Amino acid sequence: MITRGKLLKTGAGGALLLALGGCAAPADRGTMLHAVANAILDGALPPAGAAREAALAQAVQGVQVAIAGLPPAVQGEIGQLFGLLEFPLTRRFVAGVGPWNQTSTSDVAGFLQRWRTSNAPLLRSGYQALHQLVYAGWYGASDTWTAIGYPGPPRIA
Amino acid sequence: MDGDRLPRPTEDRLIHDPWSDGLARGWKALDASTFSADRTFECDVAIVGSGAGGGTAAEILSRAGLSVLVIEEGPLRTSSDFHMLEREAYPQLYQESAGRRTKDKGIVILQGRAVGGSTTVNWTSSFRTPPETLDYWRAHFGLHDYTRTALDPWYAMMERRLNVHPWNEEPNENNAVLRRGAATLGIPTAVIPRNVRGCYNLGYCGMGCPTNAKQSMLVTTIPAALERGATLLSRTRAQRFIIEGEGVRELICAALDPSGLAPGPHTITVRAKTFVAAGGAINNPALLLRSGVPDPHGTLGTRTFLHPVTVSAAVMPEVVAAYAGAPQSIYSDHFLHTQPLNGPIGFKLEVPPAHPVLTATTLSGFGAEHARLMSQFPHVQVIIALMRDGFHSQSAGGTVGLRGDGTPLLDYPITPYVWEGARRSLRTMAEIQFAAGASHVLPIHDAAHLVSTVAQAHAMIDALPMEILRAFLTSAHVMGGCRMGADPANAVIDGDGRHHQLENLYVFDGSAFPTSIGANPQLSIYGIVARNATKLATTLTGRHQEPIA
Repeated sequence: MITRGKLLKTGAGGALLLALGGCAAPADRGTMLHAVANAILDGALPPAGAAREAALAQAVQGVQVAIAGLPPAVQGEIGQLFGLLEFPLTRRFVAGVGPWNQTSTSDVAGFLQRWRTSNAPLLRSGYQALHQLVYAGWYGASDTWTAIGYPGPPRIA
Repeated sequence: MDGDRLPRPTEDRLIHDPWSDGLARGWKALDASTFSADRTFECDVAIVGSGAGGGTAAEILSRAGLSVLVIEEGPLRTSSDFHMLEREAYPQLYQESAGRRTKDKGIVILQGRAVGGSTTVNWTSSFRTPPETLDYWRAHFGLHDYTRTALDPWYAMMERRLNVHPWNEEPNENNAVLRRGAATLGIPTAVIPRNVRGCYNLGYCGMGCPTNAKQSMLVTTIPAALERGATLLSRTRAQRFIIEGEGVRELICAALDPSGLAPGPHTITVRAKTFVAAGGAINNPALLLRSGVPDPHGTLGTRTFLHPVTVSAAVMPEVVAAYAGAPQSIYSDHFLHTQPLNGPIGFKLEVPPAHPVLTATTLSGFGAEHARLMSQFPHVQVIIALMRDGFHSQSAGGTVGLRGDGTPLLDYPITPYVWEGARRSLRTMAEIQFAAGASHVLPIHDAAHLVSTVAQAHAMIDALPMEILRAFLTSAHVMGGCRMGADPANAVIDGDGRHHQLENLYVFDGSAFPTSIGANPQLSIYGIVARNATKLATTLTGRHQEPIA
């Protein structure tokens, strides 16, 4: 039986999945990123409520700004990764979660942890791309700094 | 959340920006993304790249009276634009927003992409090429003129030009931890020479120096070249050389679109008597590959080195504030000398600055675990180990190739030889951090967790799976790919930087190195390029050249 891990270890499996992801209907990228950022930033975000939603909206925006600054070839790779996560079949197959707007924080965390510890380098690189984009967007914003005790750039006398 | 509540430092200071005056005086600096038609430029020497190699060459060649054109893919950003904000600096000043990766994504590469190249964003550490590196080049690459005796005058000249001197203030606490922990263990450390003049000791070198204290190419050699009439084209991507007979006839460039990320509609044709490739050790081989430059022995793009870096974070009882103060002022070469050059891989120990984005993206884990670590951010101390690659049969480096769209991609497979050094370096860094009083240490690896004793650290590190995208590896030093050597069968260029097959093509930057340097490479680039550019100036003008400093 071909397991998910075995399939993804082979370049062909990875390429097939990426191709499938590329076929995804234009899904709501914001919904996926909202769910992912909500899990990655859990602990840094305000408790559930309007403040958390506002912070998450900003986090998603931060990811999209970060992507827009990348060269076209890298944007293309990220587009393939996001396609995998948005297209329902590949989402269930590789992420093991249901629709993003119906998935709990702990289920999204479970998906991230599976990718983080996967034997397939493709999935680990997917996890790291999400990790990097979400944290860059989040901690780039000045009003996240108070919580970590970063005073911000000094004033130059 | 978009509130940038901190005052913009530029609003309340009077820092002299040499570019404001220079541009007002008529420096020829053109942003090609504003071009509305195709353009053609003619000059004596066209230099691709404005970093350590291109900048040094531009000053020397323009001072010799030659007409010089400098081509830079990145934007012109000056101290007036440098706000010490990661969210601005990484997308504007770095290749791929400071997230460039090797082909298998195993190594994150920090490389500049702006006028001044990586010198605009580096951390100012300035070392002469270690003698044992030059010994190896002479023995294995026939570079018989590459002795310290012969090169020291060039290093000395560039040290004068860029005000390189050992940091004479107290190291910040991040560096002091390295010195203290090492001293406790009997490991010698020393003070790092830096290329700064009137440094404010801020700690934001990596985001572009806001005070112009850093003597990068942006404020030294490039302005000097422009003052002598050179032309700078920014946001201009060198696409390919047009080869005719034994030489390069012209260079075809794309004017980038307003995003600065992709080619726009206009082509720039550059006609020059001599062409210098100085685009760095990833972009240079890619340019030559795209150009179909003769490569009869398959050397082009190979032996590309990175000084692969491992990272160890610690939580200290006291505040470290690793974001404040000169980022690198203390180093140890002890572990470059504990085994022979061709034995197990040696490493140099330094520290990096820790700002929120760089720290958060480097720390492994997510959610509450990551947030707990970030809540101790001011107490975080970080040591890095830079492994000296290229001196062993199992350390042949990587190979630069091209993506489908012609942009470069470095394939750098990590061998067991390098992984052994990665594990050994993580052990060493944890020992130093605990010796300096760390309460916890976290080797940066996705299967690692915080430990509180050396014994725990050793046990954990010994069991970590050493695999890409688990162990964190990074690099800020890309070298090789267009290596020098006396034998055309084993090198792309000769010891004077001239291409072995094309008579008017020179390579003047870190891509010329046949191995890694074993130290932060900027001063090696300055010194060796100063030598080779001066020789070229003499050849082209028929006149002896005076030192530039």
